[in-house]
Amino acid sequence: MSSTPTQSNSIFKVIGASSLGTLIEWYDFYIFGSLATIIGAQLFPEDAGASALINTLAIFAAGFIVRPFGALVFGRLGDLIGRKYTFLLTLVLMGGSTFLIGLIPSYSSIGYAAPILVLILRLVQGLALGGEYGGAATYVAEHAPKGKRGFFTSWIQTTATLGLFLSLGVIVLAKNIIGAEAFADWGWRIPFLLSILLVGVSIYIRLKMHESPMFTKLKTEGKVSKNPLKESFSKKGNFKMVLLALFGATMGQGVIWYTGQFYAQSFIENTCKIDFNESRYILLWGIALATPFFVVFGSWSDKVGRKWIMLTGMLLGIVFYRPIYQMFLDKSDVTEWYESPVLKQDAPTVTRVALHNQGDSLITSSSKIRFTNGASFNRVAVDTVYASTNKPTGHLEFVKDKVLPTSTFWIFVGLVFFQILLVTMVYGPIAAFLVELFPTKIRYTSMSLPYHVGNGVFGGLVPFIATLIASFAGSTPLSGLWYPIGIAALSFIIGAVYLSNKTDENVND
Amino acid sequence: MEALKKYLGIIWILLGPVAMVFMAWQAWDKIALAKPGIETTNTALQWGIILLIFMPIAIGLVIFGRYALAGEYKKTALED
Repeated sequence: MSSTPTQSNSIFKVIGASSLGTLIEWYDFYIFGSLATIIGAQLFPEDAGASALINTLAIFAAGFIVRPFGALVFGRLGDLIGRKYTFLLTLVLMGGSTFLIGLIPSYSSIGYAAPILVLILRLVQGLALGGEYGGAATYVAEHAPKGKRGFFTSWIQTTATLGLFLSLGVIVLAKNIIGAEAFADWGWRIPFLLSILLVGVSIYIRLKMHESPMFTKLKTEGKVSKNPLKESFSKKGNFKMVLLALFGATMGQGVIWYTGQFYAQSFIENTCKIDFNESRYILLWGIALATPFFVVFGSWSDKVGRKWIMLTGMLLGIVFYRPIYQMFLDKSDVTEWYESPVLKQDAPTVTRVALHNQGDSLITSSSKIRFTNGASFNRVAVDTVYASTNKPTGHLEFVKDKVLPTSTFWIFVGLVFFQILLVTMVYGPIAAFLVELFPTKIRYTSMSLPYHVGNGVFGGLVPFIATLIASFAGSTPLSGLWYPIGIAALSFIIGAVYLSNKTDENVND
Repeated sequence: MEALKKYLGIIWILLGPVAMVFMAWQAWDKIALAKPGIETTNTALQWGIILLIFMPIAIGLVIFGRYALAGEYKKTALED
């Protein structure tokens, strides 16, 4: 089958309609994560323990249980009634729940109903996300001409990263326009409410699309699966491929994805103590420069096969993660910054906070130091003053809100860019790879589960397990990296030994 | 390569239970370290979810190992 100009025009409409919806779903999913702290302050109880409990449920349950469950529920539906209506439904659920989160009154207005509503809507988001990706990837792949499946599906692959970019961009923009205080008070609702407009446009476009030609053919011939779950997971011939897809590809892809984007940002902000906006600008630049490579590697995989591009991305992560993060630490060490002259040191701002009503107090002194090369940071000193002695004790000094020297800023952008480049290598060809692994009648179900277990569970657990490893005796700030390195290494070995590099030209089976 | 595919299966079969025991041991350790009250509940909830989701994955790894050992991932079998 060769593509004519009309077919090419039509396929770009298919890609546009599918990608826009998927991008919006990722945007919806990420704004919650990016605004978790503000949401916690506005909608969760003040009691730190109860708040942490609800947060755990919202993050862990939505990401790790509900997402794979959504893959099963909507995958089954997509193989029974078709791709088009299923991924329309996931879009409505995602957009509706995101919009409603933006409307929830604060905890001070409606009490525990606020966090309960957040939790329910977050679970709906996880469910919808579990169903969306498999549908969009399958839908595009089933429209793509032979020899261009990697190229066409790679547009879907850009959406997760662009969704993150859009969420960060909207948040930074809204915060800068209305100011940090108004944003924390009511402005955080803007990104949530904005979602309804984006989803409305996407639903309108998707409604105009036709069902996948391969699924339509199956339906006409009466060959649609009667029980996609049973056929996917109880038949050895298919189940062994589900396991291979998970352990040999999506598991490694998940940790590379989360390390390059989320762990990098968290490490730069929390471990290196880089300023809130600066850490987001670094990520925004990294994403903007690397995103075109999803399409480059997706397209290249049509020529050289999917396997080795994906595995090379994993291998480079295994080799370079520790040197990259060591460089983050070295370059953010402010003792090195004094090689550049100090431009100005502000007079310290001193605050005194009473403790425990016994006359004890906490004195915090903060002073901003600026350098001629554009760098700055806040040096903070904290002392506890006990009423009994009236002398400061337990002196603690630390540095925060670092703004990097201009040249170092671009080194950070380069390091984040490189990590996202690895994401594009692993993630760019994977939709085509998964689509080609499974037959049409159970494709949606079979590819959705390994994808969401690999990405959602193995990838989603990167921050939690990295923190767990960092709590072991003798650990260093880089110890947490052993989790993504170990999982990527395991996936690399399984992929290298068991995966075939042969591209399956015929997905019409 | 076919022999390697097969015999690596033993490692995958062993790795599943080893990973589960390690996770369970970590869960026990971290729950015991948490302060009594809501922190213990929260830690137990986190680890409960992790163990719940990792149990089928570990079983999946064992099944993957069994398939590998049985020669299910031979080149011809994959190309069928």
